Amino acid sequence: MAAVEGRANIFEMTQAAEDAVLRPKDEGPWSHDLRAALAARIAKLNDEADLAARYAGDAGGFAALADPGHDGTAQGLTHVVAFMDKVAADTRNVAADDIVGLQAAGVADADIVRLAELNAFLAYQIRVIAGLRLMRGAFA
Amino acid sequence: MTKVITKFTRNVPHWQPRVTPVDLQDATEEQLDALKVTPSNTKVSEYVLTLAHDVESLKVRSPLFNAIMYDKGGMSRAERELGALGASMVNHCIYCAAVHAARHAQLENSTEVTDRLFRDGAKADLNARDRAIFDFAVALSEAPSQAAPEHMAALKAAGLDEAEVLDLILSASLFGWANRLMHVLGDPVRLADADS
Repeated sequence: MAAVEGRANIFEMTQAAEDAVLRPKDEGPWSHDLRAALAARIAKLNDEADLAARYAGDAGGFAALADPGHDGTAQGLTHVVAFMDKVAADTRNVAADDIVGLQAAGVADADIVRLAELNAFLAYQIRVIAGLRLMRGAFA
Repeated sequence: MTKVITKFTRNVPHWQPRVTPVDLQDATEEQLDALKVTPSNTKVSEYVLTLAHDVESLKVRSPLFNAIMYDKGGMSRAERELGALGASMVNHCIYCAAVHAARHAQLENSTEVTDRLFRDGAKADLNARDRAIFDFAVALSEAPSQAAPEHMAALKAAGLDEAEVLDLILSASLFGWANRLMHVLGDPVRLADADS
């Protein structure tokens, strides 16, 4: 679509942002596999099946977490999974206690920021995909 | 003493991080580069210092934000701010809502639209074009599946062309991102000595 071509720079930068949050050079405690699993999970929570399937393919040993029905107990990640679900789908009710909870579970501040960035990017990407699908339908 | 702000306002609060920001003294070369810190420019906000914990994201984030909100063509800057405001009101990001309501008022030379939105909420009385823009941003922000062909039809009926609709999708979506950083990683506060 002409409009999309006119904003090609934005779509290139969006891809660079995906690379930065899904496959960073410095992954910290959140491996590329785990990031892909959480991304697939957030896509699924938002009913974006195609995107969820694309990310789930990279989730390796964390693939079970791509299913929102799993709470992360088996992986010892209930605190991370609960935080990611809340930030993704109940953003307005996230509060200081949610951050305190992660800190109490031993998550370093830098790694809390990494989780928030992954979640935040997904919120953007999922909405752009949903919006473009509607736009194509309306301006075809 | 600080007081956490819980009501929408155009009076931009101070953003107080819930995690400890990067200390410039301890910053890596890569962080300093992403922060654009030079000997003559050492002023970096606590928000950006917080995001510097994830330096690879920070580096790509700023140019993308600027392109979506400020690049030429397409939707007007004020209307992009309205898209940002719709998202920020849904996510209850008081800080983002304040910044972008203030920019909207400045660009429009009028506080009327943002006064109404903050006083009457999402059902405030808006003109047809602003109504269509705001409703789409709200639906997309609540849940992408809530945005529907009817919203697109309303945008077209209000006169938006394809390039404008794309910019609205991008600005509303971008604040799905920004809100999840600002609202999650910090509190909007009024510093006691700044109240007077």
